[in-house]
Amino acid sequence: MTFNRRTFLGSAALTAGLLAAPMVRAQGKPRVVVVGGGAGGATAARYIAKDSNGEIDVTLVEPTRTYYTCFFSNLYLGGFRTMQSLGHSYGTLAAEYGINVVHDWAVGVDRDAKTVSLAGGASLPYDRLILSPGIDFVDGAVEGWDVSSQNAMPHAYKGGSQTELLKAQIMAMPQGGTYAMVAPPNPFRCPPGPYERISMVAHMLKETNPTAKILIADPKENFSKQGLFEEGWNDNYAGMIERVGPDFGGADVAVDPAAMTLSIDGDVNNVDVCNVIPAMKAGRIAEIAGITDGNWAPVNAADMSSKMDDSIHVLGDAAAQGDMPKSGFAANSQAKVCANAVRGALTGSTVFPARFANTCWSLIDTDDGVKVGATYEATDEKIAKVDGFISQTGESDDVRAATYQESIGWYDGITADMFG
Amino acid sequence: MRAGLLSAAMITIASTAYGDAGGDPKNGERLFNQCSGCHQVGQGAVDRIGPHLNNIFDRAAGTAQGYRYSDSLERAAAGGLTWNYETLNSFVENPRVLVSRTRMSFRGMNDQQDRDDLLAYLRQFSASPENIPEAAPTAAAVDHEVAPEVLAIVGDPAYGEYLSGECTACHQTSGAGDGIPAITNWPNDDFVTAMHAYKVGVRAHPVMQMMAGRLSDEEIAALAAYFESIE
Ligand SMILES: Cc1cc2nc3c(=O)[nH]c(=O)nc-3n(C[C@H](O)[C@H](O)[C@H](O)COP(=O)(O)OP(=O)(O)OC[C@H]3O[C@@H](n4cnc5c(N)ncnc54)[C@H](O)[C@@H]3O)c2cc1C
Ligand code: HEC
Ligand code: HEC
Repeated sequence: MTFNRRTFLGSAALTAGLLAAPMVRAQGKPRVVVVGGGAGGATAARYIAKDSNGEIDVTLVEPTRTYYTCFFSNLYLGGFRTMQSLGHSYGTLAAEYGINVVHDWAVGVDRDAKTVSLAGGASLPYDRLILSPGIDFVDGAVEGWDVSSQNAMPHAYKGGSQTELLKAQIMAMPQGGTYAMVAPPNPFRCPPGPYERISMVAHMLKETNPTAKILIADPKENFSKQGLFEEGWNDNYAGMIERVGPDFGGADVAVDPAAMTLSIDGDVNNVDVCNVIPAMKAGRIAEIAGITDGNWAPVNAADMSSKMDDSIHVLGDAAAQGDMPKSGFAANSQAKVCANAVRGALTGSTVFPARFANTCWSLIDTDDGVKVGATYEATDEKIAKVDGFISQTGESDDVRAATYQESIGWYDGITADMFG
Repeated sequence: MRAGLLSAAMITIASTAYGDAGGDPKNGERLFNQCSGCHQVGQGAVDRIGPHLNNIFDRAAGTAQGYRYSDSLERAAAGGLTWNYETLNSFVENPRVLVSRTRMSFRGMNDQQDRDDLLAYLRQFSASPENIPEAAPTAAAVDHEVAPEVLAIVGDPAYGEYLSGECTACHQTSGAGDGIPAITNWPNDDFVTAMHAYKVGVRAHPVMQMMAGRLSDEEIAALAAYFESIE
């Protein structure tokens, strides 16, 4: 009897133990919190959730319900895309990948307690934190401009409503009016972005307002794909675009949003639209987390972990990583390396060596696409360039048209890779 | 129509001028039997199963008027593929090296001398054959076909899945293929052949040359194994 009873108790204890084990493990499931649901963050969340088969608990914190891509927003300005076609929801990430999507702002990071606090008051514990908050603007970078002037003088350098505002202002320009751009200093999000924008604005104005002028104040001596853009501007928009570089005061600018003036080297210009793209820095949460050095967050190339806290990884525009440009393609590429490393650290899965790639397409005019790209590897010091290519001046129309078609294929590819 | 202008005299001149410069057009004419079930060349040649081959040297791919090409050849054409000694030599050796999904079902001509002979024959039906360059000095050294032992490498699909992260920013795993071709569910050999063609530069596309350029044979095999497994 006693024997039986013991056996019974024993096996009950054993059963309880067996049942308890998965629950303990469920509670102890490693937790990853991703802040920012853009090119870097959405990709990282999706790859970790997809490849860990439920072994890792993934939470994605992103304030907006629809992510409007910055990439292709210039094509919206040129009339090649609708704004709707640039919007993406988080529905599939939540429903099909089991990601816990929280629509809120992250406002604090407690690195000792390993928690992220949200504007709504909640606090999220993490084993690994991934920050991909994109960019913010450096205060006082352009004299006379701050974020409160962004309605009078839009930057349109974050997706969505700013881009719509800029387009509306360009459409409302008087015949023969002036669109001005204050271009940013290095390093900044999407090196060819301002110049693709000039091309697209010129394309639209050529149709609707052919006597209009475009004025660029640029603090940089040179810019990305310069030869290709300048060739295209000469061929398609001759006499429309004036660029003032640093040798003529392009770095010495001030704006007056109330008077709608832009002064370059003391010379006051009355303008109808003023697109101010100020100097940039990492999205504020990186600074709040205390992992920035200057404007950006330095990372280790092998796994995109912060040089100041190995439980935090930083992706995309916010990271200081070395040779890669700040692009959506680069953020997506870094996210996959990071996802593989984080999964390895938390579940023991195989960690493969880091490898990165980037390609940036730009549209100059209808069916006139160009591209620049490179591959990269991780060294101890940084992400280092291995090999690269760039479109050539004087390419045939067919090649340019094929390049544009490719960029459309890429847009569909990368957004599927981010949002499932 | 241009071919109508080619006279017998011209053909004779061409064959003596080029007869010993690498290819024997007489033997090439015989070898053209392997093509003539689908292609015509010479006076009055018209499109059959395949397009006519008059003026094929220096002709941009996919430009026989009125002929309907495969999507794959059209895309290669849009990317700038032009027929010259090197590209024809590779295409005749194995059409899929240059155009993976071509409708030309021809298993290829293995022998370099045979290909030289055939091309010497075809060259006569292009305008001013005396101006068409012989093989570029480097061309003969380029190995278009992938060695059998490389095709035989069995790739690790798990590694391939990780490596595919470099591809899926452009190539969709759903198999959708507008603007950028679909690469899912391909036979291993076609995939490996295409990747090596970019790697050695036989295919001209700069993005893909760069991507393939740093992949080892094992990595290409791993990618082939992974993409082949995606429905
Ligand atoms: C005009 C223009 C054209 C461009 N064209 C191209 C192109 O053709 N190709 C290309 O590759 N790249 C292009 N880019 C660059 C590309 O958009 C960025 O490099 C890319 O989006 C960076 O990804 P990210 O993840 O770092 O940031 P983002 O994609 O900006 O994502 C950051 C996200 O974080 C969220 N966030 C920020 N702070 C917080 C917080 N505290 N809490 C919660 N969420 C937060 C934001 O709401 C945002 O959704 C272009 C950019 C511009 C402006
Ligand atoms: C079984 C039929 C068939 C055979 C045999 C064949 N071809 Fe073709 N060929 C085609 C088809 C079909 C196409 C069009 C391919 C496409 O659209 O993908 C083609 C296309 C071509 C082209 C590209 C033409 C263009 O306009 O771009 C060349 C060159 C060519 N073939 C040469 C040859 C040669 C040389 C041979 C003999 C060694 C040969 N072909 C044997 C069917 C064939
Ligand atoms: C930047 C975008 C981009 C990336 C990244 C990319 N590709 Fe490509 N790929 C293309 C384009 C564009 C083409 C069409 C090229 C051409 O016309 O030759 C192509 C063609 C191909 C082809 C031949 C398709 C055909 O129908 O002939 C294969 C195979 C391929 N890619 C595999 C890969 C693999 C494997 C990777 C990752 C290691 C990769 N690609 C990464 C853009 C890309």
